[in-house]
Amino acid sequence: MSGLGNLLQSLGSGGFDGDRGPGYQAKGSSARRLNGVCLLMVGAALLALLGADLQIYTVDPWQELSRIALGVLQPGWDDPPTLLQALAHTVAFALLAVALAVPLGLLLAMSFHWLPVRVLCAAVRSVHELFWGLIFMQLFGLSATTGLLAILVPFTGVFAKVFAEIFDQQSPEPAQTMPPSIGALKRYTYTLIPQSWPALLSYTRYRFECALRSSAILGFIGLPTLGFHLETAFKQGQYSEAGALLWVFLLMIATIRFWLRPLLLPVYLLAAVWLLPETVGFSNGGSLWRFVSVDIWPSALRQGDWGALLVWLQMMLGKQVWPGLVQTLLLTQIAVVLSGVVVLICYPFASRALAGPVMRWPGRFLLLVLRSTPEMVMAYVLLLLCGPSGLPVVLALGLHNGGLIAFLVANASDAEHRNPLNRPDDPKGLKRYAYVETPRRFPAMLAFLFYRWEVILRESAIMGILGVATLGFYIDSAFEEIRYDRAFLLIVVTALLNILVDSLSRRLRRLAHADADFGKPTRNTSINCR
Amino acid sequence: MSESTVDSAILFQLTHQSLSYGGQKGNHPVLDDISLTIRRGEKVALLGPSGAGKSTLINLLYQQQPQCSALQPQGGGLVDLLSVYHNIFIGGLDRVGSLAALWNLLRPLPTQRDAIAELVKVLGLEEKLWQSVDRLSGGQRQRVAIGRALFRRQPVYLGDEPVSSLDPLQAQTLLEHLLLQHETAVISLHNRQLALDHFDRIVVLREGRLCCDCAVGELSSAQLDEFYQQESSPVAEPSAPSDDGWVIRTS
Repeated sequence: MSGLGNLLQSLGSGGFDGDRGPGYQAKGSSARRLNGVCLLMVGAALLALLGADLQIYTVDPWQELSRIALGVLQPGWDDPPTLLQALAHTVAFALLAVALAVPLGLLLAMSFHWLPVRVLCAAVRSVHELFWGLIFMQLFGLSATTGLLAILVPFTGVFAKVFAEIFDQQSPEPAQTMPPSIGALKRYTYTLIPQSWPALLSYTRYRFECALRSSAILGFIGLPTLGFHLETAFKQGQYSEAGALLWVFLLMIATIRFWLRPLLLPVYLLAAVWLLPETVGFSNGGSLWRFVSVDIWPSALRQGDWGALLVWLQMMLGKQVWPGLVQTLLLTQIAVVLSGVVVLICYPFASRALAGPVMRWPGRFLLLVLRSTPEMVMAYVLLLLCGPSGLPVVLALGLHNGGLIAFLVANASDAEHRNPLNRPDDPKGLKRYAYVETPRRFPAMLAFLFYRWEVILRESAIMGILGVATLGFYIDSAFEEIRYDRAFLLIVVTALLNILVDSLSRRLRRLAHADADFGKPTRNTSINCR
Repeated sequence: MSESTVDSAILFQLTHQSLSYGGQKGNHPVLDDISLTIRRGEKVALLGPSGAGKSTLINLLYQQQPQCSALQPQGGGLVDLLSVYHNIFIGGLDRVGSLAALWNLLRPLPTQRDAIAELVKVLGLEEKLWQSVDRLSGGQRQRVAIGRALFRRQPVYLGDEPVSSLDPLQAQTLLEHLLLQHETAVISLHNRQLALDHFDRIVVLREGRLCCDCAVGELSSAQLDEFYQQESSPVAEPSAPSDDGWVIRTS
């Protein structure tokens, strides 16, 4: 709403700035820049609407929807032990993976100035957990190792990058007062790590929540977590069971801070090791080597037949890479803008200043549901309703990411509630929304969206597993047909695309000055959306 | 370092040094054509109004002798989450191995604990030894920063307004202690009387320029005041040279 207002204003103000004083120009230009970036994003999304496949295929989605809604309202589960076991597996994978990824990420973050480390981290984090799952599945089967590594590997890359960013934000002064010739380990353990401890902790907590979601959706490729039962229940039309699973999952995420106590962590970790599925799935070195050296390379390349390789590449590019790439990008662009719209619509209902101290709670609950439900699950449900087009993907990504960012925006607004910035004669209601809150939150919101862009891209690629024609669809089919060479090429393309979007988003953030505009408290929360 | 064996060896030397931060608002020089030589054993007070370039100069000097200098930057460089003990211990990190340093985070090493317990008596922080420094007042934090510099146990001390938040008595005692513990010292101050009483050489900076460099005997406090008072006329804002609140005005 107000985003559109800003845009119109940016269009209108374009020609007039010359007449005003230099002071006005300097002031007006930062808003104009922000709006220009917005306009760019919205324009690209509108263009994407033309090319994306957003058809509704099902004849009567409303009947199915009402049955699902009924199931969510009347959850029921006949077999509590199975449910508990799935829950335990979900937590165990997430907990162990994060417990291993944090120290590894910390070590990598300490050597992040080294280019090979940065490249390695960018590479492992640009591939989605589910794709890692599919890869490790070929090596270790449906096993604990697969589940653990699928989360551990990409999360290590993410931790390394974000921890390094957190370290960069710390004051260099303490390090100057140290003896100059001590090693990096002492330097980090006595200055940078304690300096940034609260931020490291808060980000790890947020990432654990992400790991729970990842662990749950690993069930979609067959691991024994909540997602597995969820998919089965939905497939069989047992919506009350599906409802029960969803409620249990939401409850688990909403209560993390109550059950995940630092003192209990060793107990949980031991329990997690004990609870892992028994199939450990060791792969002997031979098959790993074969996978890396033979399976993932096209046979034409291995035989040195350049003509055939060219034909193979041409076929892949024309029939899979290009169409998959285009659909992925189109859906991503629409989803990013839709997320922004969802934020602008939703956050006022969860903020104290706009919804009031009591009435914000239903809004907060809605946002919690939106941010806690894995986007894959949301897309899966919507897919049952609308059929396999881009529409469910866009909706699911827009709702999930919009909910997540709206939650952060509402929190930032609440944090400033008792601030001297607020005046008793500030406008109320819609006017306050349009003139006070939204303009104040806008730069931070944009920064969140840009950070999320990369994630949305990864997610819309992975949604292909559900049957939508993004890159993931072709990757999933390649794995199914045991054509690892194709899968490898497609995954590499997806990863490169991700790295590209990441650097583009960084540039746009800088162009919009979105990072510079918010102060310290928001900067700390901004890490909790990556 | 090699010259340091020679008596009255030169420790720091700047010749026509200029430095400016390439900000957006023009290239305003922070340091402008500074030539300065400091020998072993000298106690130099660095005076001048806020923003004259004192901090920059001290950092520049530190870069010339990082190995044998204990630096105390204006903010103190404390690590909020760590206790007073650990914050002081950081100054001596080079004297213990990596594993011992890690262990010391969990359980204080006995020898270090004794040494630092002695040190905090001088600082008047005995009661606060195990408190994290984010709970301390500005003056207490500054004393922790002094503690870290002392625990570095170096012959040279470079302090950037190291006693600005302390009460006059404490400031005097700790300044004396710092000067006693270090063979050479360069300390920036706002308190002119302290400078005249405890140092043997005074350097005054104004707008990045060296406008006075002489032995204490050649200066009176009235002369020193002039360097500050001239400043208020060209600048539009009535910027007080002392934002520390308690500075003793000798005029």
